[in-house]
Amino acid sequence: MNEPIVQFNNIHKSFDGVNVLNGVDLSIQPSEKIALIGASGSGKTTLIRLLMTLESPTAGSILINGQNLWQMEKNNRLRPANEKHLQKIRGDIGMVFQHFNLFPHLTALNNCTLALIQGKKKSKKEAEALAIQMLERVGLQNHLHSYPNQLSGGQQQRVAIARALVMKPKVILFDEVTSALDPELVDEVLEVIRDLAASEEMAMILVTHEMKFALDVADRVIFLDNGVIAEQGTPSEVIEQSDNKRLKTFLHRFRK
Amino acid sequence: MDIINFQFTDIFDAALAWENLPFILSGISMTLAVSLIGMAIGLMLGLILALLRGSSYWFFRWPARIYISFMRGTPMLVFLFILYFGLPMIGIQLSAITAASIGFGLNSAAYIAEINRSSLNSVDKGQWESAKALNLSYWTTLQKIILPQATRIAIPPLTNVFMNLVKSTSLAAVITVPELFQKTQIVVGRTYDAMTMYILVALIYWAICVIISFIQDRLEARFSKYV
Repeated sequence: MNEPIVQFNNIHKSFDGVNVLNGVDLSIQPSEKIALIGASGSGKTTLIRLLMTLESPTAGSILINGQNLWQMEKNNRLRPANEKHLQKIRGDIGMVFQHFNLFPHLTALNNCTLALIQGKKKSKKEAEALAIQMLERVGLQNHLHSYPNQLSGGQQQRVAIARALVMKPKVILFDEVTSALDPELVDEVLEVIRDLAASEEMAMILVTHEMKFALDVADRVIFLDNGVIAEQGTPSEVIEQSDNKRLKTFLHRFRK
Repeated sequence: MDIINFQFTDIFDAALAWENLPFILSGISMTLAVSLIGMAIGLMLGLILALLRGSSYWFFRWPARIYISFMRGTPMLVFLFILYFGLPMIGIQLSAITAASIGFGLNSAAYIAEINRSSLNSVDKGQWESAKALNLSYWTTLQKIILPQATRIAIPPLTNVFMNLVKSTSLAAVITVPELFQKTQIVVGRTYDAMTMYILVALIYWAICVIISFIQDRLEARFSKYV
């Protein structure tokens, strides 16, 4: 087994005294595809938001490529990470959000080139070539110059995926990316992710309520319940064969 | 005025107004110059104050709050007097135009800071999060993502501030700035027809504000094309 690309060690997170994560230990291998499932409030989204540094853990540590994300070494002592340290380490992580969070004042193309030019210091020409290639890959070659408000929800989410991919992350996080879409637009987004999962080497963590999709795409399914990992294994082990009562109740609700 | 023998020229003598219009209009460039310089100072300082006001550090936040509170809580005329008549007491002599431009700038900055703060806060939090997920720095996020969106939200209230500023420049007449209102007062002293001249200058201020409103509409349309 390789060195894990991401490692959560005894992660706790609480909001205003309410415990959301209660000691999560999890290792993720490079190129592993993980589906995180669980009821609302089980801590799925919080777990990936910690990895993206959108929240900070109450206790525990997260390692990315063996480097401590939330702590840094200074004068041989561990100190809370500063923004510079976080920026250095989270460059390997990308995220696609439930509500797309595209930049509304920028075209699809400029949404994808902004971070390449400003962050990765690519030339405009180089950034546009990479962005066009990625937008073509998600089937949006005819919408390069469209603003987000001129695109359907599914198209916007595909721009968001292209925008994350163009940064070449080693780990990409999908936070319920189809939850905000009309039912008829869900498939086009799932198809793009399915294609990525089959062809890309990067690790993926998908927070999803699409059980069939999780079964198809994931190498491992993790069921979070009350802020802990209650069950994990291959998709068929977790979704079809598990005896976990809470998991069965959860799955039953989705099969209704 | 004898109400029975009332004539329209008693209220507004068009011929006299026309005759004195060029002299009064000669003050318009000063009115606009003081307004524009004041607005420029206000916009720059207003942005800095808004960022300080929103800082998580109290030693940035509190001075900004006190400044805003002081400026919003003191009459503009008093502040102009402090700058023009007060500062010479400590050896700082400003020209009337400089005092007016700085005074209006420093004062409008307080209002602009509050507009900027609410506009910055009204940009969806998800925009900051996306920027973080793309590993953009705070300043790049602010400059390339947040400010363009906040600007669209801020255009209508900022236009109101600018209109108020244009109208408030009439106060600068008191410290001898040769702007529209001061020119009007000179004409009033010469012609003794206060009604005609003050109506005339009111119409000029109104015309300026109509043009500003037109520019506001164009700016709003331009910034709203993606909404």
